[in-house]
Amino acid sequence: MKFEEPTSDNLFDRAMVIGKATPRIDGPLKVSGQAPYAYERHDVVEDQLVGYPLGATIGRGRITAMDTEAARNAPGVAAVVTTLDIDPLEISSFNNARLFGGNEVRHYHQAIAVVVAETLEQARHAAEMIDVTYEEEEGNFDLEKAWQNGLGTDEADAETGNVDEAFASAEVTLDETYRTPDQSHAMMEPHSSIADWSDGENMTVWTSSQMIAWARKSLAETFDIDEDRIRVESPFVGGGFGAKLFLRSDAVLAALGSRAAQRPVKLTLPRPFIFNNATHRSATIQRIRLAAGQDGRLTAIEHEAAAHEFEGGGNEENPTNLTKLFYAGANRRVKHHDVVLDLPESSSMRAPGEASGLMAFEIAMDEMAEKLGMDPVEFRILNDTQVDPMNPDVPFSDRNFVDCLKVGAERFGWSDRNRKPGDTRDGLWMVGHGMAGAYRGAPTLTSGARVRLERGHLTVETDMTDIGTGSYTILAQTGAEMLGLPLEQVTVKLGDSRFPASSGSGGQFGAASSTAGVYAACVALREEIARRLETDDVRFEDGNVIAGNKAIPLEEISADAEITAEDTMEFGDFQDDLEIGTFAAHFVEVGVHAATAEVRVRRMLAVCDAGRILNPVTARSQVIGGMTMALGAALSEQLAVDKPRGYFVNHDLAGYEVAVHADVPDQEVIFLDTLDPAISPLKAKGVGELGICGVAAAIANATYNATGIRVRDYPITLDKMLDRLPETF
Amino acid sequence: MPPATAPDMRSQMRQNDHSSDASARRKSPGQQSPAQAEGIASGEMTTVSLKVNGTEHTVTLDNRTTLLDALREKLQLTGPKKGCDHGQCGACTVSVNGKRINSCLSLAVMHEDDEVTTIEGIGTADDLDPMQQAFIDHDGFQCGYCTPGQICSAKAVLEEIRAGSPSHVTEDLTARIEVTEAEIRERMSGNICRCGAYANILAAITEVAEERA
Amino acid sequence: MRPFTYERALDPVSAAARAAEVPGARFIAGGTNLIDLMKLEIETPDHLIDVNGTGLDEITVTEDGGLRIGALVSNTDLADHDVVRRDYPVLTRALVAGASGQLRNKATTGGNLLQRTRCPYFYDTAQPCNKRAQGSGCAALSPGAHSRQLGIIGVSDACIAQHPSDMAVALRVLDAVVETMTPAGDIRLIPLKDFHCLPGSTPEKESVLMDGEIITAVYLPPPVGGKQAYHKVRDRASYAFALVSVALIRHPDGSGRVALGGVAPKPWAMDEADAELPNGAKAVMAKLLEGARPTEENAFKIRLAERTLAAMLAGE
Repeated sequence: MKFEEPTSDNLFDRAMVIGKATPRIDGPLKVSGQAPYAYERHDVVEDQLVGYPLGATIGRGRITAMDTEAARNAPGVAAVVTTLDIDPLEISSFNNARLFGGNEVRHYHQAIAVVVAETLEQARHAAEMIDVTYEEEEGNFDLEKAWQNGLGTDEADAETGNVDEAFASAEVTLDETYRTPDQSHAMMEPHSSIADWSDGENMTVWTSSQMIAWARKSLAETFDIDEDRIRVESPFVGGGFGAKLFLRSDAVLAALGSRAAQRPVKLTLPRPFIFNNATHRSATIQRIRLAAGQDGRLTAIEHEAAAHEFEGGGNEENPTNLTKLFYAGANRRVKHHDVVLDLPESSSMRAPGEASGLMAFEIAMDEMAEKLGMDPVEFRILNDTQVDPMNPDVPFSDRNFVDCLKVGAERFGWSDRNRKPGDTRDGLWMVGHGMAGAYRGAPTLTSGARVRLERGHLTVETDMTDIGTGSYTILAQTGAEMLGLPLEQVTVKLGDSRFPASSGSGGQFGAASSTAGVYAACVALREEIARRLETDDVRFEDGNVIAGNKAIPLEEISADAEITAEDTMEFGDFQDDLEIGTFAAHFVEVGVHAATAEVRVRRMLAVCDAGRILNPVTARSQVIGGMTMALGAALSEQLAVDKPRGYFVNHDLAGYEVAVHADVPDQEVIFLDTLDPAISPLKAKGVGELGICGVAAAIANATYNATGIRVRDYPITLDKMLDRLPETF
Repeated sequence: MPPATAPDMRSQMRQNDHSSDASARRKSPGQQSPAQAEGIASGEMTTVSLKVNGTEHTVTLDNRTTLLDALREKLQLTGPKKGCDHGQCGACTVSVNGKRINSCLSLAVMHEDDEVTTIEGIGTADDLDPMQQAFIDHDGFQCGYCTPGQICSAKAVLEEIRAGSPSHVTEDLTARIEVTEAEIRERMSGNICRCGAYANILAAITEVAEERA
Repeated sequence: MRPFTYERALDPVSAAARAAEVPGARFIAGGTNLIDLMKLEIETPDHLIDVNGTGLDEITVTEDGGLRIGALVSNTDLADHDVVRRDYPVLTRALVAGASGQLRNKATTGGNLLQRTRCPYFYDTAQPCNKRAQGSGCAALSPGAHSRQLGIIGVSDACIAQHPSDMAVALRVLDAVVETMTPAGDIRLIPLKDFHCLPGSTPEKESVLMDGEIITAVYLPPPVGGKQAYHKVRDRASYAFALVSVALIRHPDGSGRVALGGVAPKPWAMDEADAELPNGAKAVMAKLLEGARPTEENAFKIRLAERTLAAMLAGE
């Protein structure tokens, strides 16, 4: 099925199941510890061995020798495969850093060996016994230096109007530079796989992946084998946030270990290994210039940024992308420098580009509002746009950003905010309020599904994944709605390469795309039922199919044999002529300790515009999850780069501080009652990445409002404010 | 103070009933250990008996096996999760003799005769504990990986507050401790949820606390 | 983790004797730090002596009105103890500021004193670290290294690691004394202020304990009264190591005692600094942190310590 034009009125506008607050259907399995994650699948294949990885301990260079004799002879060891034992594996079209093979070391903790043994204890210790000799090479690990060299060079990526003239003649201008650090996804389940490639022919991988079809294709390319020989399963994923979009070393090492030991091998990346072995969000440096008239209308916007990537690319952290679209303004120039560094591979992390871009841009907007003497909410309302400002012929399909701002200001009590920085105290705490806008695109990807109706029970099969997003539940809701069944009569099976390929989970495209895929399959099923009833006028209600004035129970229709249908939703070109996005306004109250400059968030509000909300329960969870991750990004998360040695130093969960329970205050989420007919038949857009966008800047702005100290270098830790606080408090 | 009043260590030790049992002392080094896994020196294996979710288990283990790995691999109780294996996330939280611990930082051999309760012992998908049901009702999880640890901690936290054990946010150390949001948040801080379900977890725990009050 | 043999000791006398007798032996109590380090092969004992059965888990009031805290008393039980909460509140405050509920349930009094630094270079066995591998150098001291969390005083050219304990900072301000048993069966009493070693050129030696010597108890002197407080400053609100922590006992006449955590290889206190308490935080820190040699990244700790103490003094 192809989605060729905006949706008109359809059954979802009279929904019985979609849009209703629905507890997760996979909830009982998860709260009882019975949901099977990749490493735990004792039952899928017998005789599993345990693999353990070894990582390189230099940032760049060559391996000249590896002594594995002790490891091979260690108790319980079944196989040792080193990077010198095999030719460099192909770099799949989804990867940039090679995952294994050859003597070249391109980043710290690059996998250079796998030890396979009867037990974890044996494999882990044997891996430590491998002696590696390196020839170290000079690496380039310094983004700051690259930024200084690159600033102002090269052609703009996009430009409209006359930016230089607009700045020269502007009444009010801003020119500031902002920094965001490298960040780690730090999902709770480490990258894990069980691989059975015992015969060196057919490969089965039980893994933790956001994208089944990509994982399969990557495995095929990496090992140069036919895709048909590979099966991938990932029914439960313990968090991803982009970390599990692409094939990682866990599956590769497990497969190599399995082939060598001729038995299935399971392997999980040790937590201290993940930060440098796997991917991360790149640090950014961003110079933002704004120009406006005294009336507050932006006349020019310039955004120049740098982030680092692994040689060959892969970095999606382009913070200037959103700047092309978010606010009005006739003159605009954006330029992004992707700087090649010898750090581990930068890749997608939740809202790549928008997350770091808005961390900077929404501080700049706050600073500009202050320069103009305007309320930052009013300033944003004034500069709203309903069209792509660089291509005014392209409208936003449905943009209600102004409503987000207005509803949020009202709900938060913005009019009662602290107005003068540093003016409100609560004991030793300085209290401040801040807000920010948020924008995140709403892409869609082709998505397929198969549905089976048997004795009135519907089973949905798709290789879609549920990484905590609630896919199981919204797909069940979609199927129930389409067939007029109660939710209990729908089973959803996910994450298996034997099922039709879906969008997968990522880029905030999963919910919109995969529900559309299930819709398409259900339409096909309905048509098949109609065909069997020899009519083209059918409705599905209360477990019945209603043809004319006759209601036939679906149980009866599918009593003798299962009725199956399969289809794929493709999204038409008309979407290219529209900007389809999601929007939010965030409001935050913080306290800053007057003596120590510790920042603690006191309350948070998000107002979101994302079309139809398929399940308010899971959508709200997505947004508060984003807000919480952004809180960490604002206040504590930073992968510290050791510049001489070229690696992320704080590579564990004690050193890399994500938000904990005690950091997170009351969080309120309001979804505007909007519909976007241009996105899909369900008129619903994703919210999983919208939730992280803009929030950190709202915290930054609130911190400024509390203290009068502007920090433009994330995370906003106390050491950056301490010497600017008043002597006495 | 101490120099003048330090008690005689040896006499005090003798009062400790089992420590004077010389035969017990002789038994302790090495332990009995049929080396099952190939190539492991017998002294590096230990047989240990422990009660998990009410069932007695006697297992012979590599001494290096953590309680977490003994549960997940030997007993195939995979409810307790391995998130970091270094006590930095809380996903492995289980109850041992009524107290919650990080099972990743404890050796299985150190749990002779201990009573361990994992999420599987709290409730099953068909027979949920009220705390598990509250987590579902308030959507107190997303990916579900930290969830068993969160629930084990949540139940323990309410017990700890009820028992009057103080926390970092307890204002008056000598007064009765109330179940407040601040107390729950602080006490749950050893369980990281990267999906960020904290606000919903708080709601779930608060509901259970109120129902019990 | 290297293979090791394992035994359970039933009293401290035999534990200490066995530890001296068996090569490569280490005591294990809570295990929350030792097992963490063994997994990374930073600690590589050949033999573990489990001391949990040695009965050292009692808290008793001593004849002079002080407290004897058995070395195996858990951080939870110590923080929870009625006498500690009433008469030594700074200790409860410090304990509950540390780690997490789960870790405090296992961590013991003796083990807490012996926990090792959280320096990220110590934790990565591929990096030079004089504490872990004598003579390999100190990665934290090279330009461009990450030293924000590390020590600013009492450090040396060989090592700038900080001691991570909160509990020990409170014990220091309370003038605690550590009781040990030597392998020969002798009891030693070591004032806490003398218990930890400064790194100098031997950062691997962290305490004055001799091989096989076991901590059996910690003594607190009779209650000193005063207002007691512990303020721990950290990036996130809980479950994080201190950037700086301050333990304070203050009497109505303005006199008192101060100890700092997060800044040095041991709990950091000084009588001369205490004498400055009536003159305010600046005066105290001028003495206490005199001669500090921070890195560029952690120089803020000086100002942070001063302001934290000032806030505590103002908060009374």
